[in-house]
Amino acid sequence: MTKLIIILLSAVFINNYVLSRFLGICPFLGVSKKLNSATGMSLAVIFVMMIATAVTWPIQMYLLNPNNLGYLQTIVFILVIAALVQLVEIVLKRYIPSLHKSLGVYLPLITTNCAVLGVTILNIDEGYTFVEAMVNSLGSGLGFFLAMVMFSGVRSKLEGADIPKAFQGLPITLVAASITSLSFMGFGGVIENLFA
Amino acid sequence: MNEILTAVIPVVIIGIICGAMLVVASKLMAVKEDERLPKIRECLPGANCGACGFAGCDGYAKALCETEGTATNLCVPGGDGVSRQLSELLGVEFADVVEKVAVVHCAGDCEHTKDKVDYIGMNSCAAAKLVFGSKGSCAYGCLGLGDCAKACPSEAICLKNGIAHIDTRRCTGCGICTRTCPNQIISLVDDVERVVVTCSNKDKGAVTRKVCSNGCIGCKKCERICPNDAIKVTDNLAVIDHSKCQNCESFGICAENCTTGCLLIQEGGQH
Repeated sequence: MTKLIIILLSAVFINNYVLSRFLGICPFLGVSKKLNSATGMSLAVIFVMMIATAVTWPIQMYLLNPNNLGYLQTIVFILVIAALVQLVEIVLKRYIPSLHKSLGVYLPLITTNCAVLGVTILNIDEGYTFVEAMVNSLGSGLGFFLAMVMFSGVRSKLEGADIPKAFQGLPITLVAASITSLSFMGFGGVIENLFA
Repeated sequence: MNEILTAVIPVVIIGIICGAMLVVASKLMAVKEDERLPKIRECLPGANCGACGFAGCDGYAKALCETEGTATNLCVPGGDGVSRQLSELLGVEFADVVEKVAVVHCAGDCEHTKDKVDYIGMNSCAAAKLVFGSKGSCAYGCLGLGDCAKACPSEAICLKNGIAHIDTRRCTGCGICTRTCPNQIISLVDDVERVVVTCSNKDKGAVTRKVCSNGCIGCKKCERICPNDAIKVTDNLAVIDHSKCQNCESFGICAENCTTGCLLIQEGGQH
């Protein structure tokens, strides 16, 4: 149980996918302008990370590994995740139109997001069991959510700030992102020692 | 060869399974879309300009389909043609597209107002405004250096006698000039017969009178005379609420009675 909590918390804070591992930067910069779209995107990411792990972990363990096809991991995962997200979208559109509407354009957008692929591959590399892998992907999704919501707050502050012309737009956003990321570096080693 | 096959075959099989799954799912769980939607979408110009007030042409088409009573005449670029097609498709009464046209709220030409300074700087209204606040003696009026004329994509603006004039036959109502003018004296109005205020001066009457003989002195005569309450004098300047200035029996009575002649009747529908 302790191990699961450690996995969850370190996925959220220490190994935050956006701010420490620098995966999924594209939606982090692109969709973080407004809090609404940031939350929508993050919820979609949590959702997709979970189902992607639930499908790719068995594929790796029961299909690729026994046949010595481990090197096909990346391409198979991309293929499966893309198809899976499409399938989920079709199902949602039919049965839960309200959820489909709120996830909206973000669902297909994250089909080939590197954060999603990163989670599934790292789950295998770390040698997690199925439950641990699921907890890790939940934590990673929550970490993404945290980063997105925090950064959309930072950006809304930036909007009112008096920024020198040369820094307006993307440059100041990148500077702000790097400072936010620096603050997350402070979590290094904290969680493991909490339970030591 | 064998090694390649052992790599390719599993991926192909997974791909085929995924593809088949998606095909089956999309057939089984197809959501029925309104069959009018693609037809409506075809009628619209596809410029995604947002002039209709919806998020692009798709948004407008969807609103037309799903919300009863959405007006069919909202597409400004499409004009009457698109409006007619849409009304036929939806079986509602055809309504004219009300086109927009730009209006200059200043009549301070060379005869009616004087230059405050002999400006010889950059040939741009924005630059002149930065240096002296204004080139002419009226700080609110047309600077007359033609930033709007340069910005106009349809060459509908020319400078006559020191102020901008808009050729309403050429004006497409895009509104670029309204954003370009540093004094913001150009606005968009519906292209119907209309009364416009040709002054933007917000100073008190006596001050206005000194700098321009065509300026609005805020005497409120028009406000009293208007039967529809469409004119209000705010900040010493008459402002017309065009939504109220409609179906007026005594149309133009305000312009006839204006003490300084800063209310002007313009003809509409010259497109």
